[in-house]
This record gives sequence, structure tokens and C-alpha cells, in this order.
Amino acid sequence: MSKIKSLDELKNLQQSVQGATELRVKFEQGSGKYRKHILVCGGTGCMSSESNEIHAKIQEELNSRGLGEQIQVIKTGCFGFCEQGPIVKVFPDDIFYVKVTLNDVNELIESVDKSETIERLLYHTPETNEPVTRHDQIPFYKSQQRIALRNCGIINPEDINDYISLGGYQALGKALTEISREDVIKLIKDSGLRGRGGAGVSTGFKWEMAYRSDGDKKYVICNADEGDPGAFMDRSILEGDPNSVLEAMAICGYAIGSNEGVIYIRAEYPLAVERLKIAIKQAEEKGLLGEGIFGTDFSFKVSLSLGAGAFVCGEETALMNSVQGLRGEPRMKPPFPAQAGLWNKPSNVNNVETWANIPQIIINGADWFKSIGTEKSAGTKVFALAGQINNVGLVEVPMGIPLRDIIYEVGGGVRGGKAFKAVQTGGPSGGCIPASQLDLKIDYDSLQSVGSMMGSGGMIVMDENDCMVNIAKYYLEFTVEESCGKCTPCRVGNRRLLEILEKITKGNGTEQDLQELKDLSEVIQDASLCALGQTAPNPVLSTLKYFYDEYLAHVRDKKCPSGKCVDLLKYIVDPEKCIGCSICAKNCPVSCISGELKGKYTIDSEKCVKCGVCFGKCPKKAIVRQ
Amino acid sequence: MSEFSPQIAELDGFIDTLDSLEGKLIVVLHKAQNIVGWLPTEVQNHIAHRLRVPASKVYGVVTFYSFFNTKPKGKNKISVCLGTACFVRGSGDIADEFSKRLGIGVGETSEDKLYSLDSIRCVGACGLAPVVTVNGKVYGRVTVKDVDNILKDVGGNA
Repeated sequence: MSKIKSLDELKNLQQSVQGATELRVKFEQGSGKYRKHILVCGGTGCMSSESNEIHAKIQEELNSRGLGEQIQVIKTGCFGFCEQGPIVKVFPDDIFYVKVTLNDVNELIESVDKSETIERLLYHTPETNEPVTRHDQIPFYKSQQRIALRNCGIINPEDINDYISLGGYQALGKALTEISREDVIKLIKDSGLRGRGGAGVSTGFKWEMAYRSDGDKKYVICNADEGDPGAFMDRSILEGDPNSVLEAMAICGYAIGSNEGVIYIRAEYPLAVERLKIAIKQAEEKGLLGEGIFGTDFSFKVSLSLGAGAFVCGEETALMNSVQGLRGEPRMKPPFPAQAGLWNKPSNVNNVETWANIPQIIINGADWFKSIGTEKSAGTKVFALAGQINNVGLVEVPMGIPLRDIIYEVGGGVRGGKAFKAVQTGGPSGGCIPASQLDLKIDYDSLQSVGSMMGSGGMIVMDENDCMVNIAKYYLEFTVEESCGKCTPCRVGNRRLLEILEKITKGNGTEQDLQELKDLSEVIQDASLCALGQTAPNPVLSTLKYFYDEYLAHVRDKKCPSGKCVDLLKYIVDPEKCIGCSICAKNCPVSCISGELKGKYTIDSEKCVKCGVCFGKCPKKAIVRQ
Repeated sequence: MSEFSPQIAELDGFIDTLDSLEGKLIVVLHKAQNIVGWLPTEVQNHIAHRLRVPASKVYGVVTFYSFFNTKPKGKNKISVCLGTACFVRGSGDIADEFSKRLGIGVGETSEDKLYSLDSIRCVGACGLAPVVTVNGKVYGRVTVKDVDNILKDVGGNA
């Protein structure tokens, strides 16, 4: 494979490989070889429901029917609508099939061959049960605007030509040959892009700091240690469009004066690691990474560094220690990474989603990016919708969209028609936002104003059956387990917080404990060394603020209104409803239910282990949970 | 000759290919766990010797990261996702059920070394929540009632 020496050569290559994706983006065959494309989602969610096997079977069937030269089957990255997976798309017809199984493959191939549509595999709107053919007509996709996810689910992530055919690496070519280093930084600064990993620091500002630092060696680091439970956007970008991150890192390398990039990625993401390795190799073969890129004297190489399962390594200084083979404990700041980072050299760390925005900003300009989103939070944000919501998946929406639109329009509302209680944003560092704030326009600052944060963009919806005290306890368990132990407020303070919460959920809490939770939380926020500790009390403080009544019910009445805290539960038999069938007594694992056949049964609360078996088995719903 | 001599020899082969030993501790530990399956003290000491770092430092790093195991794992690795999305859809109850059935706690291995039960934080398949993985295979939308069937599935390999 010959190396690309100039932007013109890249554009020529784009012309020659354009046919590869024309079916998918222009809905016409163009210069491509195939008349149809079948795209099978190869994201983690769909792969868990056999999309790999479906892909293999389609390929096998196409070959055996002699259609292998006319119809191409392509495995793509995640297309976001995980709830409905496995997803299969057909082009140029632009048909979007959901919940496809191995048994559908034969029918699918016949329909593709004849340009027909299989109605039963289309998405049906829940309200009217109408079939929807094109993905952009599905409510889940209507409000979305894709910048970071622009290529995910469209290109083959294991073929760099697919990326190049859609203009890939032209931003790097343009930056290297037409824009000065200072102007690249100015462009990123002017665009208003803020870090998508959590804190929301201006990306251009970070680049400028690294640019201004003197050093014989500088590093560009990609933070792919996506640790927030329930957030999987970074993984999807790396699995679906790895080249966009490589291209962006090289642009940053040029701007700040670095020739080496490191991607720190979780070892738990084997597929993303594999695809990155392929992308790096292909980019090197094409001369888009390596020595003298685009015929200039700029050189840049990228290597991978595997994490080993420590949440705190998402903190940039802990991350750098881990890359150096040390325990991932955070360092004191200052000095900032831009001054003394990896191996004590000036370093710039950005998150995966931040990187994925960069090439588009270089190509389309700062004003274009600024025109999207809100004044202080430009652009879009990818959210991972999960929990008690109908449409679980990855969505990319403009900043400033009301929370209500995300939950009810994109997300399709709460599962099972239950009442919305809260949405947790920002992972273990974030907070719970109640129904009264549903009209909040989502951006960095508005989320902070209600006691939460953007974080990486996880959004977990909770319904009326979720106990907020229990949720706060769940997050504290997480932070206690993941605290690195270096500083006392985080190591000891969070453990004390957890102990108080355990006391409350066991029914031993007092109102004094609620005050102590609040006071201790504030100390931990003020005194912790890194963001993990500083933000760990957020789930406690936000639930105390918005769901104080629930805490009061636990400590004052010793009741859990949602029935989640087992120790506060009591099962009794409603004598009005009991018909004396004895089913409860027969099923009770600890034999604490007694009575006579056709008489009234009673539960011995002393012996009861609150397993809930009788509650589920009673045919007359005579067992009551209090 | 010790129990781990062949594996240590293989690990040595890998260390010999590294161009520099500085900062390579985690890389070497990943490789060692890959080869041996876990990180026995003997292997840790050997790594310390080869990388010219104190054994205490190796131990410090090994115990810091949850990915590294200082005890052997069971033949069948059952992991229940306790990420938030799975948690609010009831994965806590599923972990309890496995624990009850296998007679081991989360993070433990059964005495016959057939099963290990672990919790994991988000495999990114939140659409299928709650999720259980068994030897890498993902089971989605698991209920407490499915635990029996999953164990039967696994039992075939045990």
C-alpha cells in the first residue's frame, strides 16, 4: 500500500474509494461494486444478542445463493438503539430492521434481493403500532444530531477506506498544510468545545497550556478509561469509528508540538482495543500516522496502554501514573498535566468523545460548532440512556435540549407506564434530578446548578419503585470500593457516609444522622484531593435535597415508601382477602406462616426473612407489604 | 522446578522482547495473568526480580487493580453486572441468588474450583439489563428464575 504524501493524494484516494459508502450516504450505487449493502450492528449490545452469528449466516447464505458479488454484508459499530437490537439496515433502500434473529436471515436475503420490505421486522411505534421504515422517522432518532457519532453504524470500523471515503483524515491534512499551529488552537478555543469526560474544561485552553509549556518531549493522551457504570459512549465511538480519534490526536500533536500519543483504555473493552489496533496499523500503512505525515516534517505515532480496572484512573493524573506502570493514585495539582504530566513531560489529556468532535470542527469551522447547543456549552452531547426507560441506547442531542424531551421523546418515557421519579446523571459523581426539574435545559452549567453534573453522560432513569436512599447507598458502595485510599477525606469519609446510609436503610437511623450526612458530605467535597472524592457525596446531597421526605420516612416512621429496603418491610396477611388455600404456607422457605386450611393464615414477623415468595405466590393478593 | 516454571519461562520470553523495562510493570502483569490465569506470589517475585523493582511495589500494583487476581479463579466464571442500569433493573437480587445457589459470596471461588462469582461494572449492554456473563457469554434480561437454567447451561461444561 503506497503512503499518502499530500492532501491532494488523500482527496484522490477518497474519490477512488467513494463507491464503498455511496450506497449508504447517497442512497445510490455510484461507482461502487455492490448493488445492495446489508449493515449488521457489531456493537457490544447487539453482539450480546447474536449479531455476530447473524452477520456470518448472511455472508454464508449470500455466497451459497451466488449473490456474494452483488450484495455486501458489513459489520458496523453501534447505531445507538440498543433496546431494539440486533439492528440490521439495508441500503440504498434505507430500511431499518430491529430485533432480527438468525431465523430471519433467509427471508431477509430474499427481500433484499427483490427490494422488498419485511414489515414485521420494522420498528413499530408503541402508541399507534404503525411500522416505520426509515430510522430518521423513528422518534428515538428525530431529535438527534450526530457529530461525535457521525460515522458510527455507517462505516466499517475495520476498513480505513470507509472512513476516508467520508472525508476522513482531511481535517488532519488541512491542519498540517493550511493552518498554523497557533491557529489550530485558536480554532478549537473559539469553537467553545468543552471536555466531554466530566469537568467540562475548555479543550482549546488545555491545548494552549500544553503548547506554551517548554519541553523536548510532549504527550497527547486519549482518556478511554470509561468507568461510569451505565455510560458506554466512548466504547461505541472506539468500536464504531476509531480513526476519528486517531486523526484528532494527530491534530493535537501538531498543535501542541508532540509526536507521541497514548490511548489509555480499559482492558474490559477487548473489542475496542482490537479495532484500535487495526485502525493504527492501517493508518500507519497509509502514512497518516508515522514519519513525515502529508509530506510535512510532522511525525506522530500512537500506542495503546491497557488499564486494569480502577475507576480512579479516569482522573487524568491517576491515569498517567497508571500508564507509567504505577498504582493509579492521583497527583497533586499543580503542576497540571500540561506542565508536568506523563513521565513529567507536558501532556494534554482529552476524553474519547471530545476527540471525536475535533475533525469536524477543523473542517466546518468554529462558528459552525458554536451555532449548535447553548452559549456556554457549544455542540452536542452523547448520552447513554438506561434504567427504567423504554428506549435504552446511545443518543446524541444538541446541548440545551430540555430533559423532558430526552426522557419522553427520545427515550420513549418510563418503562411499564410507571411514574418518573428521578434521573441520575454523571455517574457516581453526579446527582439525582427530580421530576420538578424535567424542564431543565441540559448543559454543563444547568446540571451543576441542580447539584448534579454532566460527567461522561450517563443518564439512568428511576421510577416510583426505586428507593432514593438505596440509590445513594448504591453509589457510595461504588465510591468506597473505588477510592484509591491516598487521601483521608475520601478513604475514611466516604466509608462513614456509607455506614450512616446502611444504618438508615436498616431502620436504625435518626434525624440527627441526616444532618451528619450533610455535614460530612460537605467536608469530603472540600477536602478531597481529586475529583473522585470531591464529587462522591453528590448522590447523597442531591437525594437529600430533592427526596428529603423519603429519608424522613426511613428514619422517623421506619418505612421505605418504595418497598426496596428489605429490613424496613413487613409482610402481613389481609384476613379479608385470605381464602385459606395454604399456598403461602407451603412455599414459605422458613415455615413462618401458619393457619388452618380454609381458615385465615398469619405470618410470624419474628421468623420471617422477607424473601417475598408468599407475596408472589398468593392467588388472591392477600399478602400485603408494609 | 516449581509448579509455575513453564509459565515463568514463557513470561521471560515476553519480557525479553520488551525494548525498555521502565514503566512496563502493568504490561508484564497483564501478560503474566494471561499465561498463568492468576498472579501467584512466586510469579510476582519473579517479575520484581526481572524488572528490578521491589516485590512490595509489584504487590502494591497487583492489589490496587481489580483486574489482577491473587487467587486462582474457578473453571466457570460467572459475573453479574452491578452497573447502575442493571442494578435498577434488579441485578442485586440475581447476584444474591447465584451466591445462594453456589454457596459462595461475590468475589469468591467454590472449593471444587468449578465456579467463581464476580460482580462487574457495566459491560455496555444496558439494553439487555440486567446482564450476566458466563465465561464471556452474555445472558441478557435475566430474572431470578433464569439462574437455574444458566447454572444448568454451565453445568454441561463443569
